[in-house]
Amino acid sequence: MDFPEPIRLLAFLLGMMAFVAVNAAYLVWAERKGAGRFQRRPGPTEVGWAGLLQPVADGIKLISKQVIVPPGADPILFRVAPLLVMAPAMMTLAVIPFSETLVGRDINVGLVFVFAFGAINVMAIMMGGWASRNKYAIISAARVVSQDVAYEIPMLLVVITLLMVTGTMNLNEIVQQQAGWFWHWNLFRLDVNPLMPVTFIIFFICMLAETNRAPFDMAEAESELVAGAFTEYAGMGFGVFFMAEYANIVVGCSLATVLFLGGWQSPFGVGSGVIWFLLKMYALVFTVIWVRWTFPRTQFYSLLNLSWKILIPISMVTLVLTCILLKLT
Amino acid sequence: MSASEVIPASDKPQETFVLNVGPQHPATHGVLRLKMTMDGEYVARAEPVCGYIHRMHEKMGENRTWAQFLPNTGRIDYLAAMAYNHAYVAAVERAAKIEVPPRAEYIRVITSELNRISSHLVWFGAFLLDLGGFTPLLYAFDDREKILDLLEAITGSRLTYCYYRFGGVCNDIDADFIRGVREFVAGMRPRLKMYHTLVTENVILRRRLVGIGYIGREMCRKYGATGPVIRGAGVAYDVRKVEPYSVYRDLNFDIPAFPEGDCMARYRVRMEEIEQSLRIIEQGLDKLPDGPVMGGNVPRVLKPPAGDCCFAVEAARGRFLVRIISDNKEIPYRVRLRTPCFCNLSLFEEASAGMMLPDALALLGSLDLVIPDIDR
Repeated sequence: MDFPEPIRLLAFLLGMMAFVAVNAAYLVWAERKGAGRFQRRPGPTEVGWAGLLQPVADGIKLISKQVIVPPGADPILFRVAPLLVMAPAMMTLAVIPFSETLVGRDINVGLVFVFAFGAINVMAIMMGGWASRNKYAIISAARVVSQDVAYEIPMLLVVITLLMVTGTMNLNEIVQQQAGWFWHWNLFRLDVNPLMPVTFIIFFICMLAETNRAPFDMAEAESELVAGAFTEYAGMGFGVFFMAEYANIVVGCSLATVLFLGGWQSPFGVGSGVIWFLLKMYALVFTVIWVRWTFPRTQFYSLLNLSWKILIPISMVTLVLTCILLKLT
Repeated sequence: MSASEVIPASDKPQETFVLNVGPQHPATHGVLRLKMTMDGEYVARAEPVCGYIHRMHEKMGENRTWAQFLPNTGRIDYLAAMAYNHAYVAAVERAAKIEVPPRAEYIRVITSELNRISSHLVWFGAFLLDLGGFTPLLYAFDDREKILDLLEAITGSRLTYCYYRFGGVCNDIDADFIRGVREFVAGMRPRLKMYHTLVTENVILRRRLVGIGYIGREMCRKYGATGPVIRGAGVAYDVRKVEPYSVYRDLNFDIPAFPEGDCMARYRVRMEEIEQSLRIIEQGLDKLPDGPVMGGNVPRVLKPPAGDCCFAVEAARGRFLVRIISDNKEIPYRVRLRTPCFCNLSLFEEASAGMMLPDALALLGSLDLVIPDIDR
């Protein structure tokens, strides 16, 4: 299939937006349903079969509400923040290879691209918190920034470790290197780094922290900060933040799949395709939901301690170890 | 600005701001307001502001008959209404010299302890919710539901019971209730084990509770804190042991006390208490005598002889004391209620100074406050 480039891009853009929107909406449903099951209750059942229309109903409700800008808030930043939090999540999906051919832009610096846009998310939450002119929101904004600084470092160290193994930043090539049986996945490349599973766990923890998910949901610690940075947002303003959270989870899990779990490669060496990518990604997404409904929230300072005292040293160790092992082989 | 102009950090005026937690805030579980003076994320001073749900129960006691005041007592601490009914009923019985048959006393103890378990389960769920864990709340409510169903079957209500009457209890318990309670006791022990593996041993929870929110003996003594708060400071003070009432003297149970004085100690005290309450309930059912459940000598129009009479019980949150003064009329001259949560809250200001916001709210949760009990 050879489409002219502009049409292909347009189709991809629309597809990506639809993908993000549907994912965000139905991950909310999945989370509520999953949480319900964890808690021995059925979850949403009323709207549509098994509550499947619940996200639609919620969306209509949120859209029909007035966007209230509190007096004294910065009117521009307050309105821009939800958009800024949503847009990067969609941008990053452009370089994620869903399958060998299904990729928006196969660029050589894909990995850098993802992290560059991923960082905007935090700035947007800070913006929203700051513009709200609310003490809870400002405390939350300050927390988000220091949390992000703390967790970006181990995450990038882990990614550098991985880059040394793969030797490329092109996400498609990274996936292609992991072809074959599942022990070819980076997660199981114990020959270059025996601590590879630990590296993956660090990546996963950092991803939870970066996406502000429990047990690291400091930005939205509802028992302390009411709703954190989103306290003053009503209607769809809040809805967009909420969708962006799920979009970011999808991005984070996609990245973890590509980097560690072989992307769209089948674990058995044959029959690779988009289905495997989605399976792996949603398994990770499910884990994220599972963790949230099992663990209590950490304190803010022990969250920072975890990063500076445990995660960063360990990721440094894996980095050095990989250097040495790569040099030896 | 040149280097010499740089102001040393210590000379800067202290910058604090006031964070208003409540009266509507997810962490206060009711209309309690905390005026927190914050230094960054540190609590410089947390001043509790109460009175938002003051209903003048003590004054209401002075303008209704002795029996009419009984439902009020259940609404002071709505989570442990049985013990509150018990204190008032027993105080009036002491003043009017009304005999209570032994079967009624046993029923009172069994229902009070069931109520204590259900109250502790609500605390457990709400406390974990404060700490950001949502799932245990629903597990705890699942167990609590069984207690509420049992109590509903004999008392007719699920929360604010008015089951104890002067001279006994209003309905006898039946075989269904006894079987249900035995089933519940048998089912609750494995559930407690599950709570311990799911929650108590969770590393995040331990980090949040161990060594956080120290309340020592001296502070407890100063503010008159009782209940799990003082037992979490290592003092095994329990009204059921130090001034045994009803039939607690005949029952075997331990008073859990942990000397650490941190949130974890208070957490463990309450979890242990659930187990001890299960023990008490089992023994109560085994020893339950036959006979009437209402004493014979209750006058139709109650006029206790003039005098001053106190009665204290160990409610789920500590020592609840009722003092009644009678001038031989149909209505009390004065009803004084000493509620545990008021004292337990008053130490919050001292205990929380210098803590970080999430820890201070964990401390607040570990005090197990019921706001109507503070304001009454």
